[in-house]
Amino acid sequence: MAITEETVKYVADLARIKLTPKELEKLSQQLQDILGFIDKLNKADVKNIAPMSQILPVNPPLEIPGPKSGDERRFIQRGRDLRSSGRWGSTNVLRDDQPSTSLPSDKALENAPQREGNLFGVPKVIE
Amino acid sequence: MGLNKLTAHELIDLLKEGTIKPSEIINALEGRVRIVDPKVRAFVRLNGLNLRPATCDLRPPLEGIPVSIKDNICTQDYNTECCSKILAGFKPPYDATVIRKLKEAGAVIFAAKTNMDEFAFGSSTENSCYGPTYNPWDLDAVVGGSSGGSAAAVACDEAILALGSDTGGSIRQPASFCGVVGLKPTYGRVSRYGLIAFASSLDQIGPITKDTRDCAILMNIISGYDPYDSTSVNIAVADYAQSLGEDIKGIKIGIPKEYFIEGLDEEVKGIVEEAINKLKDLGAVSKQVSLPHSEFAVPVYYIVATAEASSNLARFDGVQYGLRIEDREQPALAKRSGPRRTENRLIGMYKNTRGEGFGQEAKRRIILGTFALSHGYYDAYYLKAQKIRALIKEDFDRVFEQFDCIITPTSPTAAFKIGEKIKDPLKMYLSDIYTISANLAGIPAISIPCGFTKKGLPVGLQILAKPFNEEMLFRVAYAYEQSTEWHKMKPKV
Repeated sequence: MAITEETVKYVADLARIKLTPKELEKLSQQLQDILGFIDKLNKADVKNIAPMSQILPVNPPLEIPGPKSGDERRFIQRGRDLRSSGRWGSTNVLRDDQPSTSLPSDKALENAPQREGNLFGVPKVIE
Repeated sequence: MGLNKLTAHELIDLLKEGTIKPSEIINALEGRVRIVDPKVRAFVRLNGLNLRPATCDLRPPLEGIPVSIKDNICTQDYNTECCSKILAGFKPPYDATVIRKLKEAGAVIFAAKTNMDEFAFGSSTENSCYGPTYNPWDLDAVVGGSSGGSAAAVACDEAILALGSDTGGSIRQPASFCGVVGLKPTYGRVSRYGLIAFASSLDQIGPITKDTRDCAILMNIISGYDPYDSTSVNIAVADYAQSLGEDIKGIKIGIPKEYFIEGLDEEVKGIVEEAINKLKDLGAVSKQVSLPHSEFAVPVYYIVATAEASSNLARFDGVQYGLRIEDREQPALAKRSGPRRTENRLIGMYKNTRGEGFGQEAKRRIILGTFALSHGYYDAYYLKAQKIRALIKEDFDRVFEQFDCIITPTSPTAAFKIGEKIKDPLKMYLSDIYTISANLAGIPAISIPCGFTKKGLPVGLQILAKPFNEEMLFRVAYAYEQSTEWHKMKPKV
């Protein structure tokens, strides 16, 4: 597909990146080439294929056998090898709702370009 | 002397015997860095840096061995800037999990961080705000990327061990270009906590080392579940050193036909085929296999990776850390100015900071990723790429039902010249063609040295295995290494 300078300018605004007119021109051409190559994706048949957002599948609860170092059996679940079945992932990862220590605010603010007391400082947004 | 030339396992033996002290290793490295780094430029921000650690805990297994760290892994004691202007001066308030684990294992974190493509965006380390790293085998050639500094430092004995990160080949490709060993672990094997994120569904931290045994030693230390990384997987870690020395008789190797086609350099092809023959001599069985969706790997990657990057890099906005450039075109905020003007000043600050702070490749990728996720294009690009990613993974699952590992070249060519591809982003993207699939499929892969071109540039052999089967990589890599001398070759710089 064709990507115009106007589109690139619009997207750069969305991404909060200021571009010089020269950068805009060059980027538009380069993105045009890159997207031309990426259009290859249209060749693939993806009917009935579920999109994969990440490689660790979130499965219904699966009991992964406990630590047995160096032991192939730890991957075997109901007679199937978890690794080739793609079912070696885990269930949703949740932690106990327990308070624990976290970074003290002084430390978290150490790198801030502008600091106002215990807060990050930004240019004034509202009156 | 010459302790910097030894491997970690050789040094550990000497340290245990009491023949040497850890300070002697640091001295040797420092001497080497002062001599060769002005030519190679593997490290960044060396000026005025004290390379001697204040303290050094002598603890097993590393007993005080220094480890060099890529500039995108958070080290509490040293700046971590991803070789980007936008993170100038950033000193992390915490250690990445891998750094904590290394310290607990008796490592000394080397004070100089290694050079990289800005935010790991690149395949040549030319996109660093500090300028490129030069290949120790040919100073006119690139080191590969993005973990180019780590690979070069290990290759020319400026480092004993190093860590890199791999999103589409950023450990394996530079390892191959520099003639060293580099491993990308299974997605979820090593904690990403404290790795400044590029593409969170693809990133993994991994070792770059002089030989396979050192690689196993580092993997033993950095692997494992971490509650701070919810994508790290709670599966027991094997002792990888145990896989070294197991023979490979009867091991079934798949050779994907889609990897041996046009675009693969004839010389590289010959060297890799010779390496496969060597493995057959050692008792492995090889057969051609097919990974039919291979041709889509690069386009899928450049949608998925840039989309994730555009989101991850939103955090660099001039507020929490690093660079900030105020919007000076707006008048100073007057008391009576309306909300519109003040909003513009904040957004103006974001845009200035990001426009100035990011290099060209970072801007290109953020804009491409934002485009792929934007309204009207999401289905055609991002969603489609995610679907094809599932097909690429299925290709591997199918092959691994019958084969123990897959072998390919790590890169279609040996190291190319500095400046050769930097002006043509698409050409640069294609240099990752053999490494990207492992990230998309989440599987582990290692690159080991397997020969040299006539011009004297190293060539890498890539071995891929099932998820969480790093043992297989070590077993095959070590067997090959034991019967060849490639890993012992040193560049003359």
